[in-house]
Amino acid sequence: MAEYASPNPSGGNASAAQGQMSQRGEPALRLTGISKAFGAVQALRNVDFEVYAGEVVGLVGDNGAGKSTLIKAISGVNIPDSGAIYVGGKHVSITKPSDANALGIETVYQDLALCDNLDVVANLYLGREDRTTIIPYLVRPMNEIAMEQRTREVLEQLDVKIPSIRVPVASLSGGQRQSIAVAKAILRNAQVVLLDEPTAALGVAQTRQVLQLIRRLRDSGLAVVVISHNLADVFEVVDRVIVLRLGQRVATFDVRNTTPEQVVSAITGAEFGEILSTGNSNGIGNGDSNGDSAQSSVSQENDQ
Amino acid sequence: MTSPSSAESAPAAPKVEPASAGLLQTLGDRLRRGELGQLPVVLTLILIFIFFEITSGGIFFSPQNLSNLILQIATIGFLGLGAVLVLLIAEIDLSLAAVSSLCGAVLVVLSANGASALVALISAIVVGLVIGLINGMFISVLRVPSFIVTLAALIGYTGVLIHLLPNASIRLIDPFLTGIATNYLTFPWDVLLPIPLIAAYVVLQLWTRIRRQRAGLPQSPLWEVIARTGAVVLISVIALIVFESYRGIPYSALILLTALLIFWLIMRFTSFGRHVYAVGGNTEAARRAGIGVVGIRVTIFILASTLAAIGGILASSRAISASAQINPTLLLDAIAAAVIGGVSLFGGRGSVWAVVLGSLIIGSLENGLDLLNQGTDVKLMVEGVVLLIAVTADAIVRRRNAASGR
Repeated sequence: MAEYASPNPSGGNASAAQGQMSQRGEPALRLTGISKAFGAVQALRNVDFEVYAGEVVGLVGDNGAGKSTLIKAISGVNIPDSGAIYVGGKHVSITKPSDANALGIETVYQDLALCDNLDVVANLYLGREDRTTIIPYLVRPMNEIAMEQRTREVLEQLDVKIPSIRVPVASLSGGQRQSIAVAKAILRNAQVVLLDEPTAALGVAQTRQVLQLIRRLRDSGLAVVVISHNLADVFEVVDRVIVLRLGQRVATFDVRNTTPEQVVSAITGAEFGEILSTGNSNGIGNGDSNGDSAQSSVSQENDQ
Repeated sequence: MTSPSSAESAPAAPKVEPASAGLLQTLGDRLRRGELGQLPVVLTLILIFIFFEITSGGIFFSPQNLSNLILQIATIGFLGLGAVLVLLIAEIDLSLAAVSSLCGAVLVVLSANGASALVALISAIVVGLVIGLINGMFISVLRVPSFIVTLAALIGYTGVLIHLLPNASIRLIDPFLTGIATNYLTFPWDVLLPIPLIAAYVVLQLWTRIRRQRAGLPQSPLWEVIARTGAVVLISVIALIVFESYRGIPYSALILLTALLIFWLIMRFTSFGRHVYAVGGNTEAARRAGIGVVGIRVTIFILASTLAAIGGILASSRAISASAQINPTLLLDAIAAAVIGGVSLFGGRGSVWAVVLGSLIIGSLENGLDLLNQGTDVKLMVEGVVLLIAVTADAIVRRRNAASGR
């Protein structure tokens, strides 16, 4: 039980994680005291969040736990009611998506936002095409060759295999499309990449492909946040798991010494008999579901 | 200088195919996936040509008739080009024919009241531009469906047209304005002008190939490049010979081809063009990529109406008059030309060269049936069937691609 990270909302992290943190210095992205209400619904309550360069953080939680709201606060889609955001230690203000992009934060949404009728190169460069100037301000055609070369480099760097980068992306598989959406973020020199359900619609082989891709992102020094329902995937690729429940951060785990059951219990608010610690403060002891239902959600997750 | 033909389809069309597959098999695959672009349409056009050449007893292919055909399709071509732009962003413009007729009338009325040719021309074009701006504002900013906005515009501007021409029609006298459709670019300019353009096209192809080679990028198979370039050169030379053996290149054909060339360059090589395809393919993705979707939509409607205005000017010039009666099939012809040429009604797919093929097919049907002394009844029936086939082909290709996860 010693390795079990204390699921304490105010205390935050396990000692192991704390130790790592002090070694790594300033997080690439840090949020403190984020709150957000939609009318009467308090979607986020005083949430802290941090992800370091060269780390993959899994952001998990049940439906309505506040994952999406948190991601939208980071990506500039929603502005939080209170709280502060730090990028590389500097206090920043993110009020619109382009603010986030300018700070090197890129979000890959579940629906990928690709234009099916355009080819891979066109999609990667959409909205920021590389252009050459023939007559200033007047004749500035796209520099197709430079774009295609850079596209090949990025795809090679990410080890993404695509038969031809000049075919419409409609003809690619789900995994390839996911890879292209990620490559799009890399091409924009992202420092922090948020991936929303990256494996949700993928088959086994394609999921593997995307998980490999996430590892390569981490190895190249990016800070990666993966939002996922699929604990099996989360455990395969992330370094730390941050659990949200009912708008609060209820637990942080180091995956090296955590079991999926422990994460599930934190997600659902239930605890297993052996680790049930009523002495634990407000955060988790008051779960309304019992151990049985937690057990069943574990198997559900693993079935996916 | 005629259509850089068949293989020159949308930028989305794949240029790089694995060379391993056999030529015939590759062609078959691509035909089934609707990737051959306009090749099936080209074959249809050739069949129509041959049919009318035989049944008309050799009149159809006479240089005079072919020159005449080009004059007939100039207006359809301009309206069709406008229709292509609007269809590419998955919208529709039903007011093209009304705007075209109205702008033609503005030209004639101003000229008849003593305005100079230049003032009349500019006024007609500005009227088209402003109408496009109004349409575009309602559609893009207020998000009223384009079908309704342009339907209202169609009705409203028809009324304005009747108001403008209380005597039902008015003659165009200005020799410069009538000369636009009736004069020809003659020797030696009709030969000297297109040849550098054709040469430029060939050089561009070669240069691109060399640059790709230097950059270490994969090349499209050599046969494809040679076939495409060869086809463009061949068609251009044939067109030149045909024009030359009659009177030269009609000015209106020259104007249309210039417009097509400019729009091809814009749509194929500029980021604006790419953004138009993006808006038509996935508006939400375009928005998230930071593309000004509203601006693109407004611009497209302005361009479409302005092109319609130019088409109207050519029509008035050719008819030497303006009439309060709008040609009832003009709108259908324009949209049909775009769709028959392979522009998808669902947005984001198709090339501006579609207009050449589409309007040639429609123009040939009308011209050929005229030669066979068939009435409007038969022409309309045939045209309806051809349009239905084209739209069906688009829907089938789309569904097949969707079904195979493409």
